[in-house]
Amino acid sequence: MTTTPTAPVVAEAPGGTSRRPRTGTAAGRVRRRLSGSAAGLAALVIAVLWTVPTAGLFVSSFRPADQIRTTGWWTFFASPEVTLDNYRDVLFGSASDGRLASHFVNSLVITLPSTVFVLGVAALAAYALAWIDFRGRDWLFLGIFALQIVPLQMSLVPLLRFFSQGVVIGGTQILPAWELTGAMAFTNVWVAHTIFGLPLGVFLLHNFVSQLPRSLFEAARVDGAGHGRIFSRIVLPLIAPALVSLGIFQFLWVWNDLLVALIFTGGDTATAPLTVRLAELAGTRGEAWHRLTAGAFVSMVVPLAVFFLLQRYFVRGLLAGSVKG
Amino acid sequence: MEYSFLYELPKIVWMLIGIAAFLGVIGLMLVVIDLPRTRRARWQAFLFHAQALLLLVGGIVYPVLRTTMLSFHDRSGEEFVGLANYLWMFQRPEILLVLRNTLLWVVFAPTLATAIGLLYAVLIDRSRFEAVAKSLVFMPMAISFVGAGIIWRFVFAYRPADQEQYGLFNQIVVWFGGEPRLWLLEQPLNTLLLILVLIWVQAGFAMVVLSAAIKAIPAETIEAARIDGAGAWQLFARITLPSVWPTLLVVLITITVQTLKVFDIVRTMTGGNYGTSVIANEMYSQAFQQGQIGQGSALAVFLFVLVIPLVVVQIRRNRKARELV
Repeated sequence: MTTTPTAPVVAEAPGGTSRRPRTGTAAGRVRRRLSGSAAGLAALVIAVLWTVPTAGLFVSSFRPADQIRTTGWWTFFASPEVTLDNYRDVLFGSASDGRLASHFVNSLVITLPSTVFVLGVAALAAYALAWIDFRGRDWLFLGIFALQIVPLQMSLVPLLRFFSQGVVIGGTQILPAWELTGAMAFTNVWVAHTIFGLPLGVFLLHNFVSQLPRSLFEAARVDGAGHGRIFSRIVLPLIAPALVSLGIFQFLWVWNDLLVALIFTGGDTATAPLTVRLAELAGTRGEAWHRLTAGAFVSMVVPLAVFFLLQRYFVRGLLAGSVKG
Repeated sequence: MEYSFLYELPKIVWMLIGIAAFLGVIGLMLVVIDLPRTRRARWQAFLFHAQALLLLVGGIVYPVLRTTMLSFHDRSGEEFVGLANYLWMFQRPEILLVLRNTLLWVVFAPTLATAIGLLYAVLIDRSRFEAVAKSLVFMPMAISFVGAGIIWRFVFAYRPADQEQYGLFNQIVVWFGGEPRLWLLEQPLNTLLLILVLIWVQAGFAMVVLSAAIKAIPAETIEAARIDGAGAWQLFARITLPSVWPTLLVVLITITVQTLKVFDIVRTMTGGNYGTSVIANEMYSQAFQQGQIGQGSALAVFLFVLVIPLVVVQIRRNRKARELV
C-alpha cells in the first residue's frame, strides 16, 4: 500500500476525561490561580454567545403565536405562558403550515437507506481492497481515495440528467430515464447520497479493516472459509465500531443535507425532507415565526438526540468525515 | 384535510423494500462468491467491488468529465463556446460580487472560527465545567445549516421602530439607543453576518480538535516552563501555540474547504439575494434555476479547482495530525 494505514480518528469526545488528573500537577494549580477570573469570564461570554440564539428559538417555539409576533422571547421569563400549539400546527396542520410530520418521515425514509447502502457497499469494497490480492489493487485504492476531493457540485448536473433522461449515446437510448413516481421517487436521492458517501466510507473502513491481524484470515482460510464467509462472519462483527462511527456521520450528514435533497427530490413537496421544506417555509413565510421556531426544532430533535446520547461516536465520526462534501 | 399517518405508509413500505432488496443482493453475492466456480481472486475481488465501482464511476468519475466538458458549452450543453463561460465569470459584475463574497467568507470564517475555538479550548482546559462547556459550544455542529440559518434569522429579525422588537440583535441596538435596522439587507454587512453563522457552527469543531491537541502536550514541558517563570501569556505563545500548530493548520484548512462549499446558510438566510450569493449558491441558481448549464458547470469547475490544493494538503496533514491527536 502506498499510504500508511492509520487508526480512525481517536480524539476525545467533549465529555471525555482529560488524560492527566485535574488538580495533580503544579502547572494546573498555578495556571488556575493565574488565569483566574478574567479567563473564566471570557469563557462564560463565549459560552453564552453560543447558547443564547438556540435557547431563544427554543423558548419561542413554546410561546403562543400572538406573543411571538409582538414581544421578544426574553419577556417570557417575566410572564411565562407555554403552549404546544406551534408544534401541533407545524407538524399536523394544513399543508401550507408545513405539515412537517410528513416531511419528518421523508427525512427518515431518505436517511436510513442512504446510510445502510453506504455502510454495505463501502464495507465490501474496503475488505476486498485490504485482503484480496489482485492486480491493480493499489491503483484502485488510490483512485477511490482521490475521489474524496471532488466537491459534489461537480456531479450534480450529469447525475440529475442520468435520472431524468437516461443514457443516450450517439442518439440511441442505452438506458431509459428513471421515471419513478410516488414513494419510489426516493430511490434517486438514495443513489445520490450513497454515491457521495462512498469515497469517504471506503477510505475509513479500509483503514480499519486493514489493521485486523493477518493470522485471523489465515486461520479462517485453513478452515476452508471463503471470502464471503470470512467477510460476513469474522470481519463485519470486528469492524462494528468503525461502522457505527461512519454510520452516525453519514446519517447526520444526510439528515442535515439541503443541496442534494433539493436537487434530487426535484422540488416535489411530497418527497421533500425537513431541511428542504423548512428552507422553503423560511423563504415564503419568513415572518411566520411560530411555525419556523417549532419547525426548526422538529428538524433538530434527531441530530441533538444523537449528539447527546452518542457523543463519543459522534465526535469520532465527525472528525473523520470532515473532508466530505 | 386532516393529517393521517396512512399517507406515510407507502413511503415506509418502499424504504423497507429498498433496504431488504439491498441486503438480499449483498447476501446472495456473498454466497455466490464462495461457490467453487468463483473462487478465483480476480473474480472475487471484482464482485466485492462491483457496486462501489459502478456507483463511483457512474456518479463521480463520469460526471466530473462531463461537467468539465459542459463548462465549455452553451446553456443547453450543445454548442461549444470555448472559454466564454469562464470569461463571463470574471467579467460580469454580479459574478465578480459572488467571487468577492466567497473571498470574504474564506478570509473571515476559518480564521475566526479557529481562533475562537482555540481561545475557548485554552480557557476551559481542565476547568471544573470542561465537559459541559465543551458540549455547549460543540452543539451547533449537530444541527443542520438550515436550522442554524433559522436560529440566526430570528436573532436578526426586524420590526419597525415604533413596535416592540422580537429579534435579539435589534432589541440590543434599541436598548443602547439605536434604530432597528434590516440587517440582512444591508450590503456588505449582511455577508459578514452570514459568515458569523458559519463561525458559530464551526468554532465547536475547532475547539474539540484543538482541545485534544492541547491535552497531548506533555505535563513536564509545561511544568518546566513554569519553573523558568513563564506567565500565562508566555506559556500560551511559547508552548501551547507551537505545540498545537500542526493541528491548527488542519483545522484551518478543513474549515476553509467547508467554507468554499457553503450553500445552505446563504439559501436559508437570504436566498442569495441582496448581494450575498457565493459560488456554491450561484452554481445552484445558474444550473438548476436559470437553466444555464454551461455557466453553472463553469462555476462548479472553478470551485473544484479552488478546493483541490487545500484537500491535498489537508489529507496529508490529517494523517500526521491524527497520530498526534
